[in-house]
Amino acid sequence: MTAETVKIECRNVSKIFKQRAGTVQIPVLDDISLRVLENEFLVIVGPGQCGKTTLLRIIAGFETPTAGHVLLDGKEISGPGPDRGMVFQKYTLFPWRTVMANVEMGLKLRGMAKKERREIAGHYIQLVGLQGFEKAYPHELSGGMKQRVGIARAYANDPKVLLLDEPFGQLDAQTRYLMEQETARIWSAEKKTVIFVTNSIDEAVYLADRIITLEGKLPGRVKSSYTVHLPRPREHIDKKFLELRHQITEETELLL
Amino acid sequence: MNPDTRLKDPLSLRVTPWISFIGFFVVWQLLIDTGIVPRILLASPAEVGQLFIDKLTNPDPDGAVLLTHTMVSLLEAVLGYVLSLVIGIPLGLLMGWFVVAEGLARPPFEMIRPIPPVAWIPLAIFWFGIGLTGKVFIIWACGVVPCVINAYTGVRMTSPTLIQMARTYGASDWQIFTKICVPSALPMVFGGLQIALALAWTTLVAAELIAANEGLGYLITMGRRLLRPDMIVLGMIMVGLTGWIIGNIIDRIERRLTAGLERGGAAT
Repeated sequence: MTAETVKIECRNVSKIFKQRAGTVQIPVLDDISLRVLENEFLVIVGPGQCGKTTLLRIIAGFETPTAGHVLLDGKEISGPGPDRGMVFQKYTLFPWRTVMANVEMGLKLRGMAKKERREIAGHYIQLVGLQGFEKAYPHELSGGMKQRVGIARAYANDPKVLLLDEPFGQLDAQTRYLMEQETARIWSAEKKTVIFVTNSIDEAVYLADRIITLEGKLPGRVKSSYTVHLPRPREHIDKKFLELRHQITEETELLL
Repeated sequence: MNPDTRLKDPLSLRVTPWISFIGFFVVWQLLIDTGIVPRILLASPAEVGQLFIDKLTNPDPDGAVLLTHTMVSLLEAVLGYVLSLVIGIPLGLLMGWFVVAEGLARPPFEMIRPIPPVAWIPLAIFWFGIGLTGKVFIIWACGVVPCVINAYTGVRMTSPTLIQMARTYGASDWQIFTKICVPSALPMVFGGLQIALALAWTTLVAAELIAANEGLGYLITMGRRLLRPDMIVLGMIMVGLTGWIIGNIIDRIERRLTAGLERGGAAT
């Protein structure tokens, strides 16, 4: 990790959803403060309906916090932008475009010349292990491959921060393990500041430099924080891995 | 559509449609020949066939040969139809994405929409007479409605995550519209084209029945005036046949154009 530069900072972020013209108020996040350092892999763990996706969407700029601030490089964010790349839980590929066209989309929108963006997109397609599938259409790909395309696309756009919202939630267990390995490999090859949201403690321990757990009920609050010192690549059956996993499980209401 | 789970044997599968098809004409012919249906009310298939051959070259008694009637109707239909696509589709697409466009275009559109296109015929005659322009206007008025509605709905149905994703890449509103909403809407737009076509053809014949001096609907009207059931039936058959052929052509074009979309569309 390079010098301790703070990349993303959430200061006392709260979010209240109002429904039926404000008569029903649902507090979703309460006073969340956290920092993500440059090139740090932060995993936010919590069960379903704990506000973790909302937190990520606030950082992405899709939602505005009811109170508090989100800063990127010390500047408050306002709305979504190319400096934050998002990988969604739902596969969000353009069904009418090839893998190549999907990966280079962000670059094309910025008006980059074809030759240059082909080169960049090709590099990241290779990085996520999809070389040979450049001309395939999304429906010809498996779920894991689709998310690889999503990761390649996010990387190709060279964001300052990568936001992943339960990206492997729709995959079967086997593919999920494989994609965790791949994510760790890709991240080690090209370091990025990552905020990764999941409900799996195992996934968190496997991937994270640091883990933040949220409380199991609304409104979401930061429960605790763990630094993971295990060397990479990690083994799911390593003794220390299991110990940490056990410890987090004990201290969380999650039964995963 | 559900897969057909009925028991099938190949012979009856191939033979029964033909029995029914030929049987239809045999029964029709017999009804006339035996006098169960008087000749003044309905012409026999043989008479209609004869008239068909005759009308290929003979302009009497309605003033034009069959091909002229068909081409007149086709020209009116195609012009009106193309106009409704050119105006309706962009309008619907814009209404689906830009709130201002919807705010401006929706009230007049909603006021005109519930008026059946046939109700425009008298005004159209006032304005444009009984020639080509009036028919084109009427067809445009009925074809434009499904074009707008389907294009609008297609855009509105665009996946919100795709749009959000594009926003994270800094896409402008216009880029999201042209690069995401419009391609997403295409299958719906083509659905609208088919609906518009069926409507346009129906309305055209209605308009020609009321006011025309050429066209397939005019042929039918003349048959009524001259007490010639064979002309009426020939006109009806030509209307059905031509409509069927155009429908098939549009279907082909659609399948070719959306081949890429369909391939992907099924996936997500």
